[in-house]
Amino acid sequence: MSAPAPVPHEAAEIVIEVSDLCVSYGRHEVLHDVHLQVRRGEIMVVMGGSGSGKSTLLRALLGLQSPSRGCIRLLGQDITRLGEHAMHELRTRMGVAFQGGALFNSMTVGDNILLPLREHTRLDENTMRIMMRMKLALVGLSGCEDLMPAQLSGGMIKRAALARAIVMDPPLLFFDEPSAGLDPVASAQLDRLILKLRRALNMTIVVVTHELESAFAIADRITVLDRGRVLFTGTPDALRRSEDRRIQDLLQRRADIAPVDPEVYLDKLTGAPPDA
Amino acid sequence: MVRGLEELGYAASLLAEGCYWLVAGPRRRQPVQLRAVFREARDIGVNAIPITAVLTFTVGMMLAIQGIETLRTFGAEAQVVLGIALSITREFACLIVAIVVAGRSGSAVAARIGTMVENQEIDALRVIGINPVRHLAAPVIIAMLVMVPALTVLGDITGLLGGGIYAAMEMDLGLGVYAERSLDVLQARDILQGLFKSVVFGLIIALVGLINGFQVRGGAEGVGRATTRSVVMAISLILVTDLIFTWFMNR
Repeated sequence: MSAPAPVPHEAAEIVIEVSDLCVSYGRHEVLHDVHLQVRRGEIMVVMGGSGSGKSTLLRALLGLQSPSRGCIRLLGQDITRLGEHAMHELRTRMGVAFQGGALFNSMTVGDNILLPLREHTRLDENTMRIMMRMKLALVGLSGCEDLMPAQLSGGMIKRAALARAIVMDPPLLFFDEPSAGLDPVASAQLDRLILKLRRALNMTIVVVTHELESAFAIADRITVLDRGRVLFTGTPDALRRSEDRRIQDLLQRRADIAPVDPEVYLDKLTGAPPDA
Repeated sequence: MVRGLEELGYAASLLAEGCYWLVAGPRRRQPVQLRAVFREARDIGVNAIPITAVLTFTVGMMLAIQGIETLRTFGAEAQVVLGIALSITREFACLIVAIVVAGRSGSAVAARIGTMVENQEIDALRVIGINPVRHLAAPVIIAMLVMVPALTVLGDITGLLGGGIYAAMEMDLGLGVYAERSLDVLQARDILQGLFKSVVFGLIIALVGLINGFQVRGGAEGVGRATTRSVVMAISLILVTDLIFTWFMNR
């Protein structure tokens, strides 16, 4: 596999800036004071186990989940204060590939990819079709435009979703769990594709994943979330060298089992109140 | 109770937002797609023509059988024409159409939108910058508002025809004479009453299907629950609304 491009220069413009971000579902706070900065042209991988809050962070970055506190700046605009019209404009400059692809099942692959163009541009049909075929070729799905999503394999669905995400050539790309549910070969292909896209289109890419191998293969920097807090942000090498126990647990795939007080555990089992 | 109020508010906001997109959409270069409206209208209306015709025809005929039988006791079977004409146009055509459409299309809307929620397709629409209400809900609301009354007109005709065929045979009238008498007793307000109710029923079916679809949680099982709930809820609301309207319009 080709090596990731070098980390963008420190002076590169910050295109994603999250500060003091808190997100709650009802009374339950899922993200606590999250900070994150991503520079132009960088591939940032957000890692963490189940329940670490990485999916919630992604939803907040996409404007699908409003934060209870904090600020999210994308391409210089604070999306927590953006009006609907400005948010609509901003969305034409970001692409998202969802975990399950989220292709519209009632449309062909080609129509799925054409949808953003049809909604946001006034190009003629032929030009749009050419753009759609170029993006399909880029993700290795040439000739699949007339298939229905149900006829595609898991890896093809992810690649088609990626083609739809990049059809408007957005400067920002978000990719949720690219490797989930794929065999190792398909997963490695997708990693290569992400690197190729960055090189070809100079995108800033945020990838949310729990796959270590994939994260190390593509990341310029990695952010590790743990129970709703940022545990670590830095290069993959720095992550490997980290001496934090929880990070080593994550890297060694050790289960994090908190020590249990036998008496508290007994109370839990018998249903006795904690102070009884 | 709280959930009911919440859902009422949600339905009202969906309706308001749907109207907003219908009016402001073209100006913001995001019109409600006519193609989507036609597709919904075909599914909701055109494809329901055979079943609507058969059911209203059957009900018309049953009304005639029961009506003639009952009225004969008083020697007044000739009045059956009035009975059939009023019950079909004011009540049965719109009610049967509403129940058929709630079962066929209201549930389908809930299932389709619920599946899209589960597959993150609604999220995908949002991040592409397509408002889901404009793209999915508005076409359903418009199609329901047009097709339920249109099917009701069809139901009026087939219902009267069903009743007429039996009554004409039983009472030795020509179908032409029966039709003439029916037109004599019917007033425009009878037909309009049914049509007005059908517009309200169409709105109920659309909004109930949509709110149940958009609120789906819990995978395939959740979609199944939403589908069932939307049918039960729509039919119950239709019957209660019908009672209220009939009460106020005929006293």
